[in-house]
Amino acid sequence: MTTTMIRRLKRALVYGIVAVFCFFSASPFLWMVITTFKQDRDLYRPTNNPFIFNDPPTLDNLRLLFHNTNYVVFLRNSVVIGIAVVIITLLVSIPAAYSLARLTGKWGERAGIGIFLIYLVPPTLLFIPLFRIVVWLGLNDTLWSMIVVYPTISIPFCTWLLMGFFKSIPMDLEEAAMVDGYSHLMSFIKVVMPLSISGIVAVIVFTFTLTLHDFIYALTFVSASRYRTISVGVPTELVRGDVFYWQSLMAAAVIVAIPIGFVYNMFLDRLVAGFTMGAVKG
Amino acid sequence: MREAAVVTSRPNAQRLSIADNEGILGTLFLLPAILYIVLLVGLPFVFAIAFSMADVSVGNTQLNFIGLDNFVNIVKTNQFRRSLFNTFFFTITSQIIMIILANILALVLSIDFRGKWIARFLIMLPWATPISLGTIGWLWLLDSKFSPIDWVLRAVHLLGPGTLLGPGLHMNYLGREELAMASVIAVQVWRMLPLTAVILMAGLTSIDQDLIDQAEVDGASFWRSLLQVKIPLILPIMNVALLFGIIYTVGDMTIVYVLTRGGPVYYTQILPTWAFFKGIEGGALGEGAATALFLFPILLAVAILMLRSSRRMEVT
Repeated sequence: MTTTMIRRLKRALVYGIVAVFCFFSASPFLWMVITTFKQDRDLYRPTNNPFIFNDPPTLDNLRLLFHNTNYVVFLRNSVVIGIAVVIITLLVSIPAAYSLARLTGKWGERAGIGIFLIYLVPPTLLFIPLFRIVVWLGLNDTLWSMIVVYPTISIPFCTWLLMGFFKSIPMDLEEAAMVDGYSHLMSFIKVVMPLSISGIVAVIVFTFTLTLHDFIYALTFVSASRYRTISVGVPTELVRGDVFYWQSLMAAAVIVAIPIGFVYNMFLDRLVAGFTMGAVKG
Repeated sequence: MREAAVVTSRPNAQRLSIADNEGILGTLFLLPAILYIVLLVGLPFVFAIAFSMADVSVGNTQLNFIGLDNFVNIVKTNQFRRSLFNTFFFTITSQIIMIILANILALVLSIDFRGKWIARFLIMLPWATPISLGTIGWLWLLDSKFSPIDWVLRAVHLLGPGTLLGPGLHMNYLGREELAMASVIAVQVWRMLPLTAVILMAGLTSIDQDLIDQAEVDGASFWRSLLQVKIPLILPIMNVALLFGIIYTVGDMTIVYVLTRGGPVYYTQILPTWAFFKGIEGGALGEGAATALFLFPILLAVAILMLRSSRRMEVT
């Protein structure tokens, strides 16, 4: 065999493996998209080829979703919660991360690891006592229950992520600003913050998607339909008893899934940096 | 909103006072985060332990100490034992499959090829989308009557009368004990694979290229450089990926809840779902908390391993 043939074979192998993985990852979404536009009699005939449109595609299922269900309410709830949690997370995480990166010195390193360990405490361990606390605060069946609780997941990770960012900004820049007459606080706001914009944007994206991903807290704290989020509302509310409106259900999932997947992908490297920081240097 | 006041009121304060006092400023900056975590992570954790040893339910808010009765009661039930076994089986099996696939995927994705961006987008989708919505897609994909997988199997004559997979026209994936467990594991792998692969890729790109070049100069074959140079170098990062995988597997109940609700009977029940059905739907908060607490030793072990592996990295 010549070297070009070997190279071509290798190339074909790479494409083959990638294609298999792409198929495994994306096929449920493809199935969801096809289902969204199918008519009932096409969908529910077992002898029909499920992958093609035996009857012409229809938009009726989307109409049903937006006009006859609480879908729009779920969307609105998720956006409101997402924005509120992002604000709280930024207000708490930015100062904490800076403090850990700069101000508390050696002791800060240990506190940083502590914060990271908090991130490892999963919702499945805390949802029962948190449910009790939420009821006690009178927040059950409100959006506030989630706005208050979600930062417990986002603050540790975002603080950890931002800490790495602040550490990478040379101390000299702040010292120069302080020589120019800024207080330490002002030099942080005027010098460090503008240099950390990309880290802050990553934190915003991460926090927002995290609020959309949560299932267990939203399921536990809220039982009224009008306060449900996308994540819980779609799988629990769009199923009427034993009747599944499969096409509308698939539409509901795919409408949210694809745009989030798109945005998330753009910030992937940042998030991975957060996961592997400490383990991978540089 | 306390922290907002701190940040905005400072610039007007006198210079060289608090705004320049590093000790006070550092503490003020850190305080909101610490308060948040103590009140809404630390306190609930203490509550979880208190609940597990108390006769507490949704209706009854009194904390009557009953010792280890909750633990004794739940351990006696078959559902709990099965959930405990399933948690381990589900976690270990999915992690093994996932780490093998993720290694292959990371290796392939670290090669440059045309259309890589779209490939990466498609492969990342399961991790990026809210898991309950992705699982809904699987629920329909594995439907007892209309599964397209069944249709394909029938079309290639693997399913149906007189074929390899039996006379029935449907596999009924979520209604049979072993298949339901396999389905839950498959969806878990599907969801976690992207994250694991990108963590491993980060590890691959951080490998000192000189070492690999050196191995090639020395005449090492592809397999030799893979087995003796690359894999030992990414072993620590593989550790990190696995630990995250375990955390996300025992830390979530969405897939089981949406796909099978623990069924058929309780054959796919895991500790988190059982704690939810018992504690929240059943109203027995004490027994639910006790059930969930069985996750703690697993998580503690993971946290310790994580710390040790990160410390080892810092030494080298």
